[in-house]
Amino acid sequence: MKDSRRKVLKAGAALAATAAASTTFPRFAIGQSGPIKIGMSMPQTGSLGAGGQAALLALRMWVEDVNKRGGLLKRQVELIAYDDQTNPANVPGIYTKLLDVDKVDLLIAPYGTVPTAPVMPLVKQRGLLLMGNFSFQVNAKVQHDMWFNNAPWNDASSWSDGFFKAGQGAGAKTVAVLAADNDFAQNLANGARTLAQKAGIKSVYDQNYPPATTDFSSLIRGIRAAKPEMVFVMSYPNDSVAIIRAVNEIGVGPQVQIFGGGMVGLQFTPIMTSLGSLLNGVLNYNSYVPGMKYPGIEDFLARYTKRAQEAKVDPLGFYLPPFNYAIGQMLEQAVGATRSLDHKTLASYLRQNEMKTVVGPIKYGKDGEWANARVVQAQFRGVADKDMEQFRKSERQVVVYPDAYKTGSVITPFEKARTAK
Amino acid sequence: MIFSFDLLFEAVLFGVLLGCFYAAVSIGLSVSFGLLDVPHVAHPALMIFGSYCTFIVTGWGLDPILAGVVLMPAFFVLGVLIYRFYYETFERRGTEAGVRGLAFFFGLAFIIEVGLILGFGVDQRTVQAAYIGSSLSIGDYRIPYRMLVAFGVALLLTFCLSIYLSKTFTGRAIKAVAQDEPALRLMGANPVRIKQWAFGIATGVSALAGAMVIIVGPVEPAMDRLYIGRTFCVVVLAGLGSMTGTLAAGLILGIAESIVLMMLGASWAPAVAFGLLLVVLGIRPQGLFGR
Repeated sequence: MKDSRRKVLKAGAALAATAAASTTFPRFAIGQSGPIKIGMSMPQTGSLGAGGQAALLALRMWVEDVNKRGGLLKRQVELIAYDDQTNPANVPGIYTKLLDVDKVDLLIAPYGTVPTAPVMPLVKQRGLLLMGNFSFQVNAKVQHDMWFNNAPWNDASSWSDGFFKAGQGAGAKTVAVLAADNDFAQNLANGARTLAQKAGIKSVYDQNYPPATTDFSSLIRGIRAAKPEMVFVMSYPNDSVAIIRAVNEIGVGPQVQIFGGGMVGLQFTPIMTSLGSLLNGVLNYNSYVPGMKYPGIEDFLARYTKRAQEAKVDPLGFYLPPFNYAIGQMLEQAVGATRSLDHKTLASYLRQNEMKTVVGPIKYGKDGEWANARVVQAQFRGVADKDMEQFRKSERQVVVYPDAYKTGSVITPFEKARTAK
Repeated sequence: MIFSFDLLFEAVLFGVLLGCFYAAVSIGLSVSFGLLDVPHVAHPALMIFGSYCTFIVTGWGLDPILAGVVLMPAFFVLGVLIYRFYYETFERRGTEAGVRGLAFFFGLAFIIEVGLILGFGVDQRTVQAAYIGSSLSIGDYRIPYRMLVAFGVALLLTFCLSIYLSKTFTGRAIKAVAQDEPALRLMGANPVRIKQWAFGIATGVSALAGAMVIIVGPVEPAMDRLYIGRTFCVVVLAGLGSMTGTLAAGLILGIAESIVLMMLGASWAPAVAFGLLLVVLGIRPQGLFGR
């Protein structure tokens, strides 16, 4: 009887210790069964849907690759992704479901600033690691110490500095700023305004346009009337297409030296192909253009193109897919090196080590953004209509900034650049 | 704020073109919602479906406007079928069931949107034509041809529908359904068949409106959401069921939006447009040309 009571007490103590360990101590995955779940919301429809689907394909490719290698910590990896419809209101609910219902082990942010912003308070409050996905300055105010963005920029100057330098090099002293009324564009616009002020560039036109703007002819006519020498535009994909068309129809004036800067969408193959020659002369940011050399990127892009054609998504995939594949690679390195799924341990590893990815080595700064930004400003040149394959050539997007990746000098004024080969 | 009379003139000019485009995309809804009292929130989704059909037909070498016209009969039949289903499942069961039909049209809009995503992916689609991407230059003014096309089509649609509704027997019957359905029944006409016909016309018109949308700018499957507020705003401001009112309301919204976009603060454009709606409804609850 005594023996059996002791056994019961021992078993109870062991059970209590196990229960306590599961809540108090970090979660060690070794020995656990079932797949490691990585959860995210992703814009698969709506204005960021085209980019989101391409990015998701790259992440799925990484999941397949890592599972072929035996998974993480000898467990298979499962990616759970829900469509947030590019609607930020859907995002907090999706992440709550991922954490509380799907019980995911790791989190990746949705593509873009607008969908990511609402999830930041949640991950900060719960002390969770979040791999960022091409958002801009969403952590600037939140200051979450377990945030790591895959985008090659950090502060506003890393994005717009090259644009302003190119304009000033051409003697421009005035700027027109046109920005979408959303988090991404406003963060960027505020940075651009500060930069312009510091550089002594006078603002002659400054407008934020609402997201449902149908036609941009009136806005472009307003810019033309203000006679700026630089036009810095921060827009989302649908707007970018409409703006480029309106510029072609209305014109921005012969005094404009450079046009573009922060137009999202001009990196997506279907948009580049459909706009064709209308893109010529536009100087815009990019994350990767052909000619930039990183170990493994060409192999990745070759494999991606085949899969993208089957999946009916961006067939070239220069902009987002390699950087999303890089998220997987970073998680793989961090989990492999620490042998842990504990978020604090992984965050500490990511903060202290340089990651090797298909988009080159990534080292993080204190704010979870890249320590050394790598945004390029590239000018479209000699683009013909209805030819997708031309964008594989480095001559179609000439990098004018930064010097490390420069493949040519900016052609000014804008009107001249539009006809340059 | 930049002001000059030249700029104001140009803002009004662009506003007229934009307003006619708004009228073109709202005129089908003016028939289905304005005259038939059907809560047709799937109208913009059908219009975007029309844009995608235009995209396919232009691939065979047809001009986008011609493609829109060619698609109209097929959309007419589609409209007849949709109304028949709506009538059998909701409207014939009484007013309350009719209100529940709102859920049916929301569902239809989602099905169309998801169908387009599955069929075409989420990438934007555009069409090519000589009048897209170029403009008419008069002195210092440049007017995009695509907006001139929308202007012309809107005027033509308004004119044709107004003539049809006032001069033909079926047209007058459609107006009669809107005014007094039981009286029409007593006259020996079948209101359901008349409504079915009218809904077919509204849907047929949305094919041409869809062609206008893809001419004015690129389309993507979820784009219908952008147009729900605006099209209902135009129809309500016009006064339910008025074709000329739809054109006038479109012009008011277009001009107000263009002036605000060009000369005041662009962020205020939607507030000004919908503020106008509130003011007009405050003064004339039946809308500008309402019955």
